[in-house]
Amino acid sequence: MSILINKDTKIITQGITGKTGQFHTEKCQEYANGKNCFVAGVNPKKAGESIFGIPIYGSVKEAAAQTGATVSVIYVPPPGAAAAIWEAVEADLDLVVCITEGIPVRDMLVVRNKMLRKEAAGGKKTLLLGPNCPGLITPDEVKIGIMPGHIHRKGRIGVVSRSGTLTYEAVGQLTEIGLGQSSAVGTGGDPINGLKHIDIMRLFNDDPETDAVIMIGEIGGPDEADAAQWCKANMKKPIVGFIAGVTAPAGKRMGHAGALISGGADTADAKLAIMEECGFKVTRDPSEMGKLIKAMI
Amino acid sequence: MKIHEYQGKELLKKFGVVVPRGVFCPTVDDAVKAAESLGGKVWVVKAQIHAGGRGKGGGVKVAKSLDEVRQYASQILGMQLVTHQTGPAGQKVRRLLIEEGADIRKEYYVAALTDRTTQKVAMMASSEGGMDIEKVAHDTPEKILKVFIDPVDGLSDAQATELAVGIGVPAESVAQAVATLQGLYRCYMETDASLAEINPLILEGNGNIKAIDAKFNFDSNSLYRQPEIMAFRDLDEEDADELEASKHDLSYISLDGNIGCLVNGAGLAMATMDTIKLFGAEPANFLDVGGGATTEKVTEAFKIMLKNPKVKGILVNIFGGIMRCDTIATGVVAAARETHLAVPLVVRMKGTNEDIGKKILGESGLPIITADSMADAATKIVAAVS
Repeated sequence: MSILINKDTKIITQGITGKTGQFHTEKCQEYANGKNCFVAGVNPKKAGESIFGIPIYGSVKEAAAQTGATVSVIYVPPPGAAAAIWEAVEADLDLVVCITEGIPVRDMLVVRNKMLRKEAAGGKKTLLLGPNCPGLITPDEVKIGIMPGHIHRKGRIGVVSRSGTLTYEAVGQLTEIGLGQSSAVGTGGDPINGLKHIDIMRLFNDDPETDAVIMIGEIGGPDEADAAQWCKANMKKPIVGFIAGVTAPAGKRMGHAGALISGGADTADAKLAIMEECGFKVTRDPSEMGKLIKAMI
Repeated sequence: MKIHEYQGKELLKKFGVVVPRGVFCPTVDDAVKAAESLGGKVWVVKAQIHAGGRGKGGGVKVAKSLDEVRQYASQILGMQLVTHQTGPAGQKVRRLLIEEGADIRKEYYVAALTDRTTQKVAMMASSEGGMDIEKVAHDTPEKILKVFIDPVDGLSDAQATELAVGIGVPAESVAQAVATLQGLYRCYMETDASLAEINPLILEGNGNIKAIDAKFNFDSNSLYRQPEIMAFRDLDEEDADELEASKHDLSYISLDGNIGCLVNGAGLAMATMDTIKLFGAEPANFLDVGGGATTEKVTEAFKIMLKNPKVKGILVNIFGGIMRCDTIATGVVAAARETHLAVPLVVRMKGTNEDIGKKILGESGLPIITADSMADAATKIVAAVS
């Protein structure tokens, strides 16, 4: 198993003909079963052409109908990215992974509320990962996104984080001490996004091939605290937790649009305290994440 | 991005929110002329800086004669205004707003912001206007009312009425308050704001509703499509180094410690700062070089860090993914040479082409200390500066 994606996942790339889309599509194709997983690209102006042997279609709906793809990944630039998400949702895909950084918050607010309305009206629920995220990977099967594939190794530890390089840091530590990963997921650094820590923790809890989880968070917003409360009541697996930003001042945006302390409850210290209270093994030393999880399994 | 009060009021006016008549003034003479042309017997002299808490810091004065307007304008213009948001050094006042006085019967608080939990726009209102709203939220949270707005629908009459009546607006003024709230909401959405706050919103003796202050913050992702807001940008109010960094596409924030750090990725950059503190020192900055760091970018990053005289050492922490460690190592060596680096430098790099990167550092002939883990790097830089 694994969560959300595996070697049989069929994927559409939106924004495949742009510079970023091309660069990462090639890397994703090269990784594990990528050649068979990345089955379609979308660009209305280049329908009928192909790139890296991947056929390009005029719309997500058409690409899905022709290839049976159920997942899409988006590299479309910020002004059109929210519309690209909506196109994938309207095509009833299972999962949309939005890598794009810098999407206007208002656009995300509107598309998220449209998604909720569609579900409320009985329409198919499409999961969204991101935006402004590295994507996700199931090692030795498939990677969707911009993470370096070679640092991963197949195994039984789940990793979830908002940030890209901090996820790689955790994965790198695990691989170095001989622990592989079931899946590694980056939920993204934006304030308005799709899947959150709590959703990923639920999936890891239900995944028989995940034994333990490293959950990494950062300052700003309620996501980590919400996940911790859920884990306290439901999680059956050991968790190591780390929150970045103990030294971040309030009111300053630390790179990620969502990494902004807005009150007493979303500081790193407050989140670490809640996670500890909810049974996580928390650390203030990010170099220890791998070692701590090894000691727990 | 933040803007000044007088600019915020211009925006609000466009969306039908009533504001006092006022004139923006860059000099004392302009201030007196403005008061004359506004007429009346009472004027308010208001310092225009981006930080809040101006009243308490002495940046807002009520003048009852033209002489007092001149006196207060001379006092305020050019002063280092210290508020709870400026830091101890304060912010120099370069601009004034002169407004007609207002007949205040009651002060309210209203604000719009994006709520992460509900993924809606939250409109907040309180009967406790003119106060520090964080204190109200802490001491008497029941006095802050909230409605959540689906951006597909907008702020409905029913929601706006619920707020207006809830904070005690008298019946004859509710319609005006509803129009004000809806104007504030439309202004918030159409300008891509991330915060729009009126504190206080007042009820005048004659029953009119008026915005006495205006505080805005804008989503930086949206500025590309908001030329009118971009034109309001005041570079005098921004940190010069942060501004310089943003020109090179670097995300930089200066802090109080003495160890500069250069990292790729926002999460890893924060984690690196935290590790420095954990091992006994304080970071001098947050600096994310992003995914596509070139030699030029790394050199600019070094220059910006080294402008801070407090920096006694530098820690570079790179997780090479798409960006290869050898590229970064070449950049670090070039940057150290070009800046004639005189403080200790610890480099930790992991990931793609790690070995080639380390070799480049080792063969550079520069006194670069290498480290294997973040903890090791922090230990080494802390030892090197103490």
